[in-house]
Amino acid sequence: MIKTDVLIIGAGPVGLFCIHQLGIIGLKCEVVDNLDKIGGQCIELYPDKPIYDIPAIPECTGEELTNNLIEQIKPFKTNFHLNERVEEVKKEKNYWIVKTNKGKEFHVSSIIIAGGVGSFEPRKFSVKECAKFEGNEIFYSIKDKKIFKNKTVSIFGGGDSALDWAIELSESSKVNLIHRRDEFRGAQSSVEKIKKLSEENKVKLFTKYQLNSVEGDKNLKSISIKHDDGSIEKIETDFVLGFFGLIMQLGPILNWGLNLEKKNIPVNTESFETNQKGIFAIGDICIYPGKLKLILSGFHEGALAARGCFKYARPEETLRFEFTTTSKSVQSRLGVKKND
Amino acid sequence: MPRITYIEHSGKSHTIDVTNGLSVMEGAIQNNIPGIDADCGGGMACATCHVYVKEEWFDKLPKKEQGEDDMIDMAYEPNPLSRLSCQLIVSEELDGLIVNLPEKQA
Repeated sequence: MIKTDVLIIGAGPVGLFCIHQLGIIGLKCEVVDNLDKIGGQCIELYPDKPIYDIPAIPECTGEELTNNLIEQIKPFKTNFHLNERVEEVKKEKNYWIVKTNKGKEFHVSSIIIAGGVGSFEPRKFSVKECAKFEGNEIFYSIKDKKIFKNKTVSIFGGGDSALDWAIELSESSKVNLIHRRDEFRGAQSSVEKIKKLSEENKVKLFTKYQLNSVEGDKNLKSISIKHDDGSIEKIETDFVLGFFGLIMQLGPILNWGLNLEKKNIPVNTESFETNQKGIFAIGDICIYPGKLKLILSGFHEGALAARGCFKYARPEETLRFEFTTTSKSVQSRLGVKKND
Repeated sequence: MPRITYIEHSGKSHTIDVTNGLSVMEGAIQNNIPGIDADCGGGMACATCHVYVKEEWFDKLPKKEQGEDDMIDMAYEPNPLSRLSCQLIVSEELDGLIVNLPEKQA
């Protein structure tokens, strides 16, 4: 069990800056994120796309922004629990018990949800019968590539994951690569490699095809794919891999007793607290009159939510407003030594 | 004002006036039309405002910019008439546009 002041759900830019805001007022926090790395949408969706509306930073990429925020929160030595999703949240007297899918338990006085539009989950096949074979013959990520040796593997998708696995598995498996259009969004070098492998008959390429149905009783036997022109082709296959990128799902957040407006959590604009005392929501996931889904708005929301957490973490104390330029206590929390 | 028709997967149709300059996605969101999520808010960073454009309209629309098809790869059941509605900016030329909404976005 981990006891701390605040648990932040989501390690995107807004969650990261909130660590800073909690830190300078002397509160400790831990962070949980379902992705395998820090940065949220900035890293997952647009690491190399430039952003032009971060105050005082004329231009930076999602990756640069993330790295700068990580640098800024270094003094607070925060623990990140990555690849982990918060499943359950329960109120206990004056604290919250939070449980993750990996069995970790946190006891905190407040929770800040900075979860973007939910946690990232792989986009799955829309053919319903696929669920029956998921985890046995149909996969959306690869844990053990040895099971594919000398087998037929049908890979769907046009991005780097699909191309990279098609290239790698073609060495020891029979690979079909199926994509809904002629162009691939993966790296140019991979696309060329795939075209070469296709000419050498090491990868069988099906473009303008999508999955139409899957067949098999206990085990998957074959799949049917449908061309844009309506024609259907049946392929015998041992395994099917789908790489359609990640989508965002609210997931367990739906069960925490929070008011929801569509996929957003309504908050007050004084402290960004939700209808549950001690649970705050900031960034893309919160909604209030005038809400803008901007990173800069999320920074502001985090600054106020951090202060909102103070009364739960230190009920006996009064929070004094201080500037980083002049406050000795803030500067000592930041580890800054000043000669005066 | 241009009129845009959104047809839900169930067949329920909504015809609304959308102000010039808004996107087809914004027209749906502002009028609470179910079936368009627009998780990323219009940044072409997700594929949850995905629509199927009526065939006779498809070629009349501005061509896809770089990146739109890459996102459509990640949409739910894309087809050759798929577009991201955040990339369709409403103008007089789009008056009468009809889009069909997929069964779901996420």
